[in-house]
Amino acid sequence: MCLGVPGKIIQKYEREGLPYAQVDFGGIAKEICLAYVPEAEVGEYVIVHVGFAISRLDEAEAMEQLALLREIEAAGEESPWPSASQESETP
Amino acid sequence: MKYLAEFRDAQAVQAWLERLRRTVTRPWTIMEICGGQTHSFLRFGLDELLPRDITLVHGPGCPVCVTPIELIDRAVAIASLPGVIFCSFGDMLRVPGSQSDLFRVKAQGGDVRVVYSPLDAVTLARRNPQREVVFFAVGFETTAPANAMAVWQAAQWGLKNFSVLVAHVRVPPAIEAILSSPQCQVRGFLAAGHVCTVMGTSEYEPIARRYHVPIVVTGFEPLDLLQGLTMCVEQLERNQAEVTIQYRRSVRPEGNPAAKAQIERVFQVVDRAWRGIGVIPQSGLGLRPEFAEFDAEKKFAAADILAEESPECIAGEVLQGHKKPPECPAFATRCTPEHPLGAPMVSSEGACAAYYRYRRARAAAG
Repeated sequence: MCLGVPGKIIQKYEREGLPYAQVDFGGIAKEICLAYVPEAEVGEYVIVHVGFAISRLDEAEAMEQLALLREIEAAGEESPWPSASQESETP
Repeated sequence: MKYLAEFRDAQAVQAWLERLRRTVTRPWTIMEICGGQTHSFLRFGLDELLPRDITLVHGPGCPVCVTPIELIDRAVAIASLPGVIFCSFGDMLRVPGSQSDLFRVKAQGGDVRVVYSPLDAVTLARRNPQREVVFFAVGFETTAPANAMAVWQAAQWGLKNFSVLVAHVRVPPAIEAILSSPQCQVRGFLAAGHVCTVMGTSEYEPIARRYHVPIVVTGFEPLDLLQGLTMCVEQLERNQAEVTIQYRRSVRPEGNPAAKAQIERVFQVVDRAWRGIGVIPQSGLGLRPEFAEFDAEKKFAAADILAEESPECIAGEVLQGHKKPPECPAFATRCTPEHPLGAPMVSSEGACAAYYRYRRARAAAG
């Protein structure tokens, strides 16, 4: 029920006082209410739940998570068993 | 960045698993709150790849599962009335009530419709002024802003033929109820990423402090789940108990202020009964008195029906993490998604449905 799906805003408009957007989910566009993230721009990704966008996805945070992962992978290749102290930093 | 495939990369999953293995030195029991997370763990088979010392238990984060049987019975009664269009998210249709379910009402000629958004139900009410449109407003805090907006819009337009049957629940009181149980083995939590996208993290701070449990707000993709688990275990190993956010691409500490404000405008905190668990104080949302005219329970006042659960169903123990679905003697025999005895076998977030769908297939393939 709390399923939230990322989608990309392709068009913004207003109807009867509420902001809406056409949001693309991998090729399928749906009308989504933007009342809770009115500042989201065309081209941005939002998390959509039951027809409402509930957050703008932060690309910098996402990139940081994936970059952290590459660090872990690199560390793993150099030494398969690094000490706990080397590995203890959490983002 | 498409925000899906990047977080499902198999090689990256191995790297996180390796890091998790290096982090764990002792046995830990960790609960993922949200049924969506339960399904991801089982769907991707992640639970079977975890270090042996980590025991995952599945939490109550399935609104369909915890909606009390009395309300399902009430929904069935209202949906059966002539002139009513009963709107619901699809998951609710097969949930068994005492005698019937919404799907059966529909099969018998009731006008039961599945909607994608609560606003679709409001649109139906505007287009059908001669009919009574009732929306089954279930869900956790993630869904509350959408359902609040539907009521708000109906009020703005002065709709007299729209009402909601409210069964809203809140996560933090449920976590407290789980932690207060003497049987509780849970030492850390993965909190629900989309609930906290709306609500932020402030409600979780006192719980982490009072019960000394780390709470990591976690996303739903394999890399999110493994990173969340690692962050939780790292805290446990260091004897820390803090609220941290793994799912930072969506969750901000303050949540979504506009969504929270709309919840507050329309709903107020109330006590709520959870199916299989019982009443948890302050664990629900109900309509504020100024929106009482949209309350379907008041509009369609009916004599209380004697609600009756299947005596075989152990949903309550499953929802609190005391038992896993395969421990139920009825699992996949007398209880299946086609003929469910309890709600967790129906919902796309129910733990029983997850085990039925993903574990049986694997057992058959192996």
